[in-house]
Amino acid sequence: MSIQVENISFVYNEGTPFESVALKDVSFTIEDNEFVGIIGHTGSGKSTLIQHLNGLLKPTSGRIIVNGIDITAKKDLKEIRKEVGIVFQYPEHQLFEETIYRDIAFGPSNLGLSDDEIEKRVYDAMKIVGLDIKIKDMSPFELSGGERRRVAIAGVLSMMPKILILDEPTAGLDPKGRDEILYQIKQIHQRYKMTTILVSHSMEDIAKLVNKIIVMHDGKVSLIGTPREVFKNVEKLEQIGLGVPQITYLVRELRKNGIELPDDILTVDEAKKYILEYLRGVDNA
Amino acid sequence: MKKIIMAKDLTFVYEAGSDENSKKIVLDGLNIDIDEGKFVAIIGHNGSGKSTLAKHFNALLIPTEGDVYVNGMNTKDTSHLWDIRQTAGMVFQNPDNQLVATIVEEDVAFGPENLGIDPEEIRERVDFALNAVDMYKYREFAPHMLSGGQKQRIAIAGVIAMRPQCIILDEPTAMLDPKGRKEVIKTIQKLNKENGITIILITHFMEEAVLADRVIVMDNGNIALDGTPKDVFKEVKMLKDLGLDVPQVTELAYKLKQEGIDIPTEILTVDEMVRFICQYK
Ligand SMILES: Nc1ncnc2c1ncn2[C@@H]1O[C@H](COP(=O)(O)OP(=O)(O)OP(=O)(O)O)[C@@H](O)[C@H]1O
Ligand SMILES: Nc1ncnc2c1ncn2[C@@H]1O[C@H](COP(=O)(O)OP(=O)(O)O)[C@@H](O)[C@H]1O
Ligand SMILES: [Mg+2]
Ligand SMILES: [Mg+2]
Repeated sequence: MSIQVENISFVYNEGTPFESVALKDVSFTIEDNEFVGIIGHTGSGKSTLIQHLNGLLKPTSGRIIVNGIDITAKKDLKEIRKEVGIVFQYPEHQLFEETIYRDIAFGPSNLGLSDDEIEKRVYDAMKIVGLDIKIKDMSPFELSGGERRRVAIAGVLSMMPKILILDEPTAGLDPKGRDEILYQIKQIHQRYKMTTILVSHSMEDIAKLVNKIIVMHDGKVSLIGTPREVFKNVEKLEQIGLGVPQITYLVRELRKNGIELPDDILTVDEAKKYILEYLRGVDNA
Repeated sequence: MKKIIMAKDLTFVYEAGSDENSKKIVLDGLNIDIDEGKFVAIIGHNGSGKSTLAKHFNALLIPTEGDVYVNGMNTKDTSHLWDIRQTAGMVFQNPDNQLVATIVEEDVAFGPENLGIDPEEIRERVDFALNAVDMYKYREFAPHMLSGGQKQRIAIAGVIAMRPQCIILDEPTAMLDPKGRKEVIKTIQKLNKENGITIILITHFMEEAVLADRVIVMDNGNIALDGTPKDVFKEVKMLKDLGLDVPQVTELAYKLKQEGIDIPTEILTVDEMVRFICQYK
């Protein structure tokens, strides 16, 4: 499913002393089956923006078209909400059922599925996020921070949305959990052709996963492009509170020291390849 | 050197539910000494027991078996509770639910006020704490006007106003953007170096753990590794097996070594890697 965001602005508490402009004339297009990353400093408008994509917030001006339908004009958003699944920031605050199983089953139960299908979806989702099926009858409140986060992510995956949006899903996850869940999300993205949007503060994860990055700054879109294009703008990204992956910093320092390497390296494996070539070249010279 | 925190055969069991089978051993006979003035990082997979351990360091939890001493005071002795909480302050993950007041300086004053400290001294402590985290000029702001990193620094200032000898931070940067993370880490490094405050930092960011004097790796309620960052992070394979990771440059060094390059495996920072590669120029 595709998404077109056309000139949207959004103001919280309009007309009160607490008025705050969170989005200013934001436009972009996300094509069907893209994997898009959104980065930006805290308060730049990322969470506000994604809440517009399933109609939870209505723009003060502008429109949003999801799969050809103008959702800003529509009153009944039930269908859209089934198609656009959002894992919210701090999702563990939304856990409320008595058992982990029931919490993850909550979404699919509202889709009118059979009990067997619901069970299958809950188990699949638990597997994807790395939770042992054995703990399904435990209370989510007896889990560690990172374990709760996994339950919350499973709750949205079990709905199998057509557009999957994740708002900083890996905050608080251990490195292995983070890598595994992101790898699984990438797999699901490829297998089910789900349009996927990932909001993250991890430049490393964004560099590895997405095909397009939207950079937000003070409620506006500041840059859009492929990771290679965007992460070349080191100074600009730092000015607005962001950065680039550690490995990209390394390559930049090496280039400053006169070592010839491509200027758009984003992963450890790419760096390894070129640095090996360099070191072996020096050896043979 | 003085031990600010000592855990002796510390075991902790959560009693989930009422039946015997649901008992869960979360800390499994740990022995840990923490020297005063050090910067110690604790890493470990989700559920390995880090937060549970940290909560023992300021008597939010009491051992099921064994003992924990803070500055020599046994946490089981309830008459020391307030002394212990003042000695070892805690900062948590979420910047949004730690600040209570509507103005920054009131928030920082909240702890000392509750101790019944006189207003003049409170003023001094608040100013000192706000300067220590570089937030003095925001003293009259409303917390909700601040960025995540700034809010975390105010939460740290609130702890500093209690004059602690030790600050325990449980994933203080997990929800911050890169700039906010840098601000918070710089702040705690400064408090450690300039004010001699012992720092215990729980984190899932390996680049942060690298900055500590000592890294403790938890695994299922036990200590799997304990040493300097160089000692710990050269165990790349073991860390990965424990659900952890190493900084990207350390991983690069490890991979170059596998390709037959003669490179030290204890490279932890961009600068160290740049120095290594440039010597071949
Ligand atoms: N209130 C509780 N009741 C029962 N069990 C709990 C409770 N809190 C935590 N546990 C269990 O204790 C174990 C250790 O939890 P702890 O919160 O110390 O982990 P952690 O290392 O801090 O993990 P994370 O990286 O996810 O924050 C976990 O397996 C968790 O399920
Ligand atoms: N519920 C709200 N009421 C008022 N202002 C809000 C609310 N949520 C967010 N804001 C403001 O909107 C701006 C964008 O916030 P947000 O979308 O949460 O940013 P991000 O997700 O990028 O951190 C910020 O200035 C923030 O203070
Ligand atoms: Mg947000
Ligand atoms: Mg924890």
